[in-house]
Amino acid sequence: MYQTNYVRASSIDGAVAKLDDEAKLLAGGMTLLPTMKQRLASPETLIDLADCGLAGIEDLGDALKIGAMTRHVDVETSEIVAKSIPALAVLAAKIGDRQVRNRGTIGGSIANNDPSACYPSAALALDATIHTNSRDIAADDFFVGMFETALEENEIIIAISFSKPTAAAYAKFPNPASRYAMVGVFVAKGDSVSVAVTGAGEDGVFRHAGLEAALTSSFSPESVEPVTVSGDEMISDMHAASDYRAHLVKEMTRRAVAACG
Amino acid sequence: MGENMANVSFTFNGGSVGAEVPDNTLLVEFIRETLGKTGTHIGCDTSQCGACVIHINGESVKSCTMLAVMANGQDVTTIEGIADGDKMHPMQAAFHENHGLQCGFCTPGMVMSAIELVTRNPAASEQEIREGLEGNICRCTGYHNIVKSVQAAAQVMAEK
Ligand SMILES: Cc1cc2nc3c(=O)[nH]c(=O)nc-3n(C[C@H](O)[C@H](O)[C@H](O)COP(=O)(O)OP(=O)(O)OC[C@H]3O[C@@H](n4cnc5c(N)ncnc54)[C@H](O)[C@@H]3O)c2cc1C
Ligand code: FES
Ligand code: FES
Repeated sequence: MYQTNYVRASSIDGAVAKLDDEAKLLAGGMTLLPTMKQRLASPETLIDLADCGLAGIEDLGDALKIGAMTRHVDVETSEIVAKSIPALAVLAAKIGDRQVRNRGTIGGSIANNDPSACYPSAALALDATIHTNSRDIAADDFFVGMFETALEENEIIIAISFSKPTAAAYAKFPNPASRYAMVGVFVAKGDSVSVAVTGAGEDGVFRHAGLEAALTSSFSPESVEPVTVSGDEMISDMHAASDYRAHLVKEMTRRAVAACG
Repeated sequence: MGENMANVSFTFNGGSVGAEVPDNTLLVEFIRETLGKTGTHIGCDTSQCGACVIHINGESVKSCTMLAVMANGQDVTTIEGIADGDKMHPMQAAFHENHGLQCGFCTPGMVMSAIELVTRNPAASEQEIREGLEGNICRCTGYHNIVKSVQAAAQVMAEK
């Protein structure tokens, strides 16, 4: 790892003041530190958000608000999450392994927008709002492309609010080596149905209009079968060809719909 | 540019330790090289193998994926800190009795992960134990005797 300068911010304003294009925010470090160890990133300064008071889970009635520094394990085991959006707890429990979940945070996951990460699919399907130190961003506008988000250089995610669905589920086909999603599908049912897909898209997480239309008109696992899911803009790599990923998208959607009960 | 140095100090296996090290020192490097406790292993570069697992405030974490300075003020426990004097921790004893290791490289991390797992879920099923140890890779045992060891230790730990 290259040299770096570690600072622990004690407030959001303090962290913002230190942010520049040579600095990076440090949350759980479960993505950033491996990247630095491989010398794929070499920030001059790391600004640790641990003492900024950004962890916590709050029921807002029609939405669930989760602070950026809330760890995956805390979402997995939260009674508030289990009562309001249990699918989110299931998603958190499927991330990596226990040790990753003991450190990794929701803010880091959303900010990183890894094309194989789990949380972006929930944010998109549950019409989430990403609250930053300067504005609120709709999930639809937030995820811009692979590892790309609408975040400005000096912007910090404070919290994420998820709208409560009437039913929701996440189905994941994990990559057996990395445990990230080879394909993950988050289905949420409200007035209409949202189907958000991670792990598959060349531009990162996306919603599938065909599956959403079919499931909005009839919400059952059987409705998935006739829908055409093309592998044209899907990732092809040594783990899975694009047409196999397209197949997995349908299968994970079917399983998620079945899990909605 | 000179090296950026950090004052690292935390509780370590019941005592307190402190040293000044470069900011980019990984916690596992600090434990092995600065503190000279080499029971905690390094098995990969990708945060995937679990050989480096230790406890911070009783929770299992990968010490290769934290900076030493991030542990400041915390309660850090490694494999060297779990026995009661000469008496092995029940998890160590169970690995010993159930042939839960062969080369032993994964064992310190396995034991630390397993202790948190059983503390959190004393009645863990075989499936839950297998899933709970997903972050620890063993290339020798085929995991079967590791699961047996954890089950045996869970019983002993429950009786205490
Ligand atoms: C072995 C392994 C398996 C994994 N498996 C999965 C998996 O199955 N599914 C999955 O979704 N993820 C997986 N992950 C990734 C894990 O979920 C990470 O915790 C997460 O992606 C990043 O969160 P972090 O808190 O560790 O962020 P960090 O690594 O600290 O930061 C990541 C990036 O986000 C930025 N950032 C962090 N917090 C903020 C903030 N509040 N505002 C703005 N920017 C911020 C940082 O500057 C950095 O660029 C895995 C990781 C490992 C090591
Ligand atoms: S050394 Fe492999 S996970 Fe830490
Ligand atoms: S005993 Fe050899 S790696 Fe597990």
